[in-house]
Amino acid sequence: MRILLFIGVLTAPLALAEPTAREVQDIHLRDFHSKGIVKKEAAAQDAVQRICTVTNDRPGAEIAKQLEADQMKTIAFPAGGLMGDWKRGEDIAQSGRGMTWTDSATAPNGGSCYNCHQMAAKEISYGTLGPSLQGFGKKRGGGADTQKYVYGKIYNAKAYNACSQMPRLGWSGSLTEQQIKDLVAYLLDPASPVNQ
Amino acid sequence: MKGLALLLLAFPLWAGAQDAKKEIEKYQQMLGEGSPAELWELEGEALWKKAQGPKNASLEKCDLGGGPGKVAGAYARLPRYFKDTDQVQDLESRLLTCMTALQGRDRAETTKRLFGNADRPSEMEYLVAYVVGQARGHKMAAPVSHPKERASYELGKKVFFYRAGNWDFSCASCHGEQDKRIRMQDLPVLSEPAGAQKAYTTWPAYRVSNSQLKTMQWRINDCYRQMRFPEPEFASESTIALTHYLAVTAKGAPYNGPGTKR
Repeated sequence: MRILLFIGVLTAPLALAEPTAREVQDIHLRDFHSKGIVKKEAAAQDAVQRICTVTNDRPGAEIAKQLEADQMKTIAFPAGGLMGDWKRGEDIAQSGRGMTWTDSATAPNGGSCYNCHQMAAKEISYGTLGPSLQGFGKKRGGGADTQKYVYGKIYNAKAYNACSQMPRLGWSGSLTEQQIKDLVAYLLDPASPVNQ
Repeated sequence: MKGLALLLLAFPLWAGAQDAKKEIEKYQQMLGEGSPAELWELEGEALWKKAQGPKNASLEKCDLGGGPGKVAGAYARLPRYFKDTDQVQDLESRLLTCMTALQGRDRAETTKRLFGNADRPSEMEYLVAYVVGQARGHKMAAPVSHPKERASYELGKKVFFYRAGNWDFSCASCHGEQDKRIRMQDLPVLSEPAGAQKAYTTWPAYRVSNSQLKTMQWRINDCYRQMRFPEPEFASESTIALTHYLAVTAKGAPYNGPGTKR
C-alpha cells in the first residue's frame, strides 16, 4: 500500500492529463457554492472520503483498521437504554427529507433508510443499494450488544467499515440521538413490522 | 397512483411487487409515446431564429463545433474543445458563449433563469431541446483527441468517483453497481458503456414530475442536491468534465432524445 502510494506520488506529475487528489478537491471547492443549509466546505474531503476515493473504496487492511478506530471515537453512545419507539422509527425510516440545499434547518430529518434497504415486508418500495434488513431483530436478537452495534452503525457506519456507502447519520448531524434510538427499536423490537 | 395502492391491498405481496413493476413499465411506455418534448423543440427552434440582444441577432450563426449554423448532429459530438474560448464546452456552456458573442447579451442576464418551472419556463431549456432534437439518430462521438479534451475526460472520471459532502457520496455510490435501485427507481451504471449509453442518449428529457424539459446540467445539479453536496456552478469545469466523461463512455450509441422521464 505504502509502496503504491509512493509510486503514485513519483509518477503523478508525468501523467499530464490526470489531476491529483488535491487538484480535484481544489476544483470542487472552486466550482461548488453554499446554498440553503449546505456549506461549500462540504465539497472538501475528510480522511475517510479522501482515502476511500483514492483507493477505490479498498484501502489496505491496516489503513482501514486505523480509519475505523478513528471513526469509532466520534460515536457518543448515550447512557441508559438504546431502544426508542419503533413507531416513530418507522416514520424516520420512511422519510427521505433533510440535509439537501432545498431542505429547511428546522424540519425534522428522515433517515432515508428505505431508499437503500428492504425492511418491513409490507413495504415493497425499497431500494437495494444496501443489504436487506427484513427480520433483522428476529435474526440478531435485541440484546445490549446488538443495540449498541445498531446505534453505532447508524451513528457512524464508517467505524465498522471504513469505506461503507452508508452515510454517517449521527456524526453528520442528520439524525438526533432520540431518532437513532427510535431506529434501533424499529430494527430490533419484536413488535416492529421489520420483525413480523 | 390510487389504482396502484388498491392493487397492493388486493394481492399477496410478491404479486403486488410484480404488478407494481408492470404498472410502472406500462406507465413509462405510455410516457415514451407522443412526448411533450416536441413542443419544447418547436419553441426552441423559434428562439434559435429570433433576433435578440443589443446586437439584435439570432443564434443561427452559433458554432456548436461543426461550424457556424451547423446544428444537425452537433450535440452528438459535444462536449468538445473550442478554439475561440480555448476550453472544453458542453451544449449549455456553448449556448451561453453564443448568446454573449453573437447577441451581445451579458452573462448575468443570460444566466438569470437556467432552470425553469411550469409557471416560468427557461430559454436555455427550450434552446437545448431544439439542438438535441437535431441530433436524433446520430451516434454519440464526443471527441477526446485534443489535450484539453483528454484532461477534461480524466477530470470528469475523477469527479464521478469523488466522495464528499455530508453523506460521503460520489456518483458511483448510486451508479457504480449493476442492478441496484433507490426505492423502485432502477439505477444505470454510468461508468460502463451499456449504462452510460442508455442514460445519456435519453437526456435531456421531458420530466413529467417537473412538467418541464430538463437539461443535462439540471440533471447533474439535482443529483448533487440529493447527494447532499453544495451546489455546482452551472456549466463549470467540473460539471462539463463530468458530462464529457459520461458522453465519451456512451460513445457509439445513437442519440435517442429528448426522452421522457417519470
